Amino acid sequence: MPTGSPALISRLQEICGREFVLTHRHELATYRSDGLLHYREVPVAAVLPGTAEQVRQVVRACFEAEVPWVARGSGTGLSGGALPVAEGVLIVLSRLRRILSVDLENGRVVVEPGVTNVSVTRAVSPTHFYPPDPSSQIVCSIGGNVAENSGGAHCFKYGFTTNYVVGLEVVLSDGTVATLSRDDPGYDLLGAFVGSEGTLGVATKIMLRVIPAPESVSTVLAFFADTSAAGDAVTAIVDAGIVPGAIEMMDRLSIEAAEQSTGAGYRLDAGAALIIELDGPREECLVGLERLTELCAQSGALDVRIAQSDAERDLIWRTRKAAFASMGRVAPAYYVQDGVIPRTRLSEVLRQIDTLAGDYDLRVANVFHAGDGNLHPLVCYDSSVEGEAARAEELAGLIIKACVDAGGSITGEHGVGVDKKAYMPSMFSESDLDAFQRLRCAFDPHALANPGKVMPTPRLCGEVPGPYRQHPLERAGVAERF
Amino acid sequence: MATASSLAPQTFEDAAAALAAAAEEGRTVRIAGAGTKLGWGAEVAADMELHTTRLDEVVAHDAGDLTATLQAGVPLELAQRTFADAGQMLALDPPLQGADGAPGPTIGGVVATADSGPLRHRYGAPRDLVVGVTVALSDGTIARAGGKVIKNVAGYDLAKLFSGAFGTLGLILSVNVRLHPLHQTSVTALGSASDPDVLTSAAVALSAAPLEFEALDVAWRGGRGGLLARCTGQEATRRARRAAALMAEAGLTETDVTDEDGPLWERQRAGQRSADRALVRVSAPTTALAAVIAAVHACEATLVGRAALGSTFVEVAPEVAGRLRERLPAGARSVLLDAPAALRTAEDPWRAEPGPGLELMRRLKQRFDPSGTCNPGLFVGGI
Repeated sequence: MPTGSPALISRLQEICGREFVLTHRHELATYRSDGLLHYREVPVAAVLPGTAEQVRQVVRACFEAEVPWVARGSGTGLSGGALPVAEGVLIVLSRLRRILSVDLENGRVVVEPGVTNVSVTRAVSPTHFYPPDPSSQIVCSIGGNVAENSGGAHCFKYGFTTNYVVGLEVVLSDGTVATLSRDDPGYDLLGAFVGSEGTLGVATKIMLRVIPAPESVSTVLAFFADTSAAGDAVTAIVDAGIVPGAIEMMDRLSIEAAEQSTGAGYRLDAGAALIIELDGPREECLVGLERLTELCAQSGALDVRIAQSDAERDLIWRTRKAAFASMGRVAPAYYVQDGVIPRTRLSEVLRQIDTLAGDYDLRVANVFHAGDGNLHPLVCYDSSVEGEAARAEELAGLIIKACVDAGGSITGEHGVGVDKKAYMPSMFSESDLDAFQRLRCAFDPHALANPGKVMPTPRLCGEVPGPYRQHPLERAGVAERF
Repeated sequence: MATASSLAPQTFEDAAAALAAAAEEGRTVRIAGAGTKLGWGAEVAADMELHTTRLDEVVAHDAGDLTATLQAGVPLELAQRTFADAGQMLALDPPLQGADGAPGPTIGGVVATADSGPLRHRYGAPRDLVVGVTVALSDGTIARAGGKVIKNVAGYDLAKLFSGAFGTLGLILSVNVRLHPLHQTSVTALGSASDPDVLTSAAVALSAAPLEFEALDVAWRGGRGGLLARCTGQEATRRARRAAALMAEAGLTETDVTDEDGPLWERQRAGQRSADRALVRVSAPTTALAAVIAAVHACEATLVGRAALGSTFVEVAPEVAGRLRERLPAGARSVLLDAPAALRTAEDPWRAEPGPGLELMRRLKQRFDPSGTCNPGLFVGGI
């Protein structure tokens, strides 16, 4: 513990109440990792503020004590973005879970950051919905979604969290509260903040846009001999100008694992499955569905099934969303990657992954968002076998390299966090990273908000150079500097 | 505008070097594309002009991936023709007219000013369509952010920061954009009302309809208003008929459906510019539309805009532009766009509220353009 911590702890207890400040190692054990369990760090304290005002005071107390802090939502993140820092405070937002207002006439919902993703859609159903739907949506929090710019299965058609956040109340690292609105003139501070992985501040109030719920939803499950044929079907669908709500692909190994969990009746003799969801106005869905099944058949589908009821649709999706969790049935451990490739390079990159897996004598399951080329290769390993974990990590790194080399990205929706920061230089040059740092320093010049994440190496913010210039509006007395 | 010199670099390196040289010499730079929106924002007195017009390469159009890379000086209209040949579009449809047959706006200018048109209803603004950006900063740095793929969360989203920054953080050199299928069929439902409250409730009703409109616009001229709902896709006609029925149900009259809807939408887009009057962009919730119309009516102005997004454009006589802004409902935001120079000097075009948000913007300006080289004084709060 750094000097001065006892004073900080008692200040935190004053702010949040003694029972909401955890300092014992056994109490802190729950919070030492997020969804990525192989990174662990025990913070000095975990605090659970009950109001936005308490969050502000906690951040201010940390600023005065010069102690870094990390904000945490539900802890489901898959990049170690909410990994605590050893000398810092973890701010747990799970008690801030009120839905503050629902205004369907204007399509707006205001929530606290600890509200779960799924409860936003529940609050506006049945007429409206909130499109971003990460697989963890039952537990993951909107605050975490904002930090990570979360996607999900339906973002091929509907976009990402950043397309739906229209206002934020944020606490900056010096305890200042700023209100950011899409309607305000000026720089797109919302666009900069969403997806900044908790490094620019912490959101305490979130205004979201919700949209009319589609009146018709058809879910198709199609099986193919291999991922290449399934990839051809995806290309045919996209080229035909059809924009399904979701196009997901699972390979043989992930089908096997997920089927063991849910018993949904996925074909175990298939090399790939596509889950395609068409949603929208009913007449468009009807014609689209017909065309879609034709295109699947033309691409060599072994079998095309259309969900006949909500229960069938739920089962198809439950099986897809269970894919990660089910991998435990076929392998003791796995690394999950989140690479993105231009969709047209799909077959080529999947072949490369197969070859690499062979070279490393490891199994790689693939379950991914095929519409937007976001792969989730799961590199299976057994840590009880000497050296296998290290081999798996190396293979996972090569897979990411293959994605970047194909013109893609190291992460499509999980974020950089601590897990992928070492890969940042494969995508970005030193001047790119320097430009990122300028943004970070404008928001958090003291590097107190989630330090050690995103950037590959720690950087400090220098003083702002350059001469002061008076602007014409200042001269005219229309505006002034602060 | 009195400027000493004008440059049109042909390479990213030359553009970055020109900015750096200007910063070094303490000279300020006015950044321009085709020059169609130089009248937006506060008046800038810069020492030199930098034009992007020779950075005009369509670097890539990856039709299979629905993405493209465009240098900043590519005219949007030209890019759209390239995409249309592959049955695709960049879903940005701001007004395209250039001055006297000159090329219309460049993609760099459209992104830098966050300009858009009716398609914003479904596809969003430039910030939602630009997936990667390359910029030059005033210290000569060339930096990239984002990528070429549609889905990507690696690094900070500088593409959004530079969208709508009016060139005050640096120069956009090129953008990577996502594309969408271009629909051949377009059918529009329309209806009208002379009561702003009826028009507002119809706008609210249509905004909540699950018909996936390509665009949903409102207009108000001379005491009468209308709503337009555009449908595309194979079943566009059926959906437009349903929209017209909803309009009638909401109390609109003269409801109709037409597939000759090009001129209707052209008129909406044209309403976003004013050659000889003043144009004010207004943001207010959809339910506040009637209150916005009341201000428009009182100032003998006209209005077009996005019904569901609450983003409208009001054309008004310059001498009453200030009064119009005062009369807008509480919570509405307004920005003065087209206006005679005298009005833009007298009236702060932005009216940004002082506070932590504006302070953050000043800090961003200081970090990205510490020498104050790029478009000084043009933006909010004198940035």
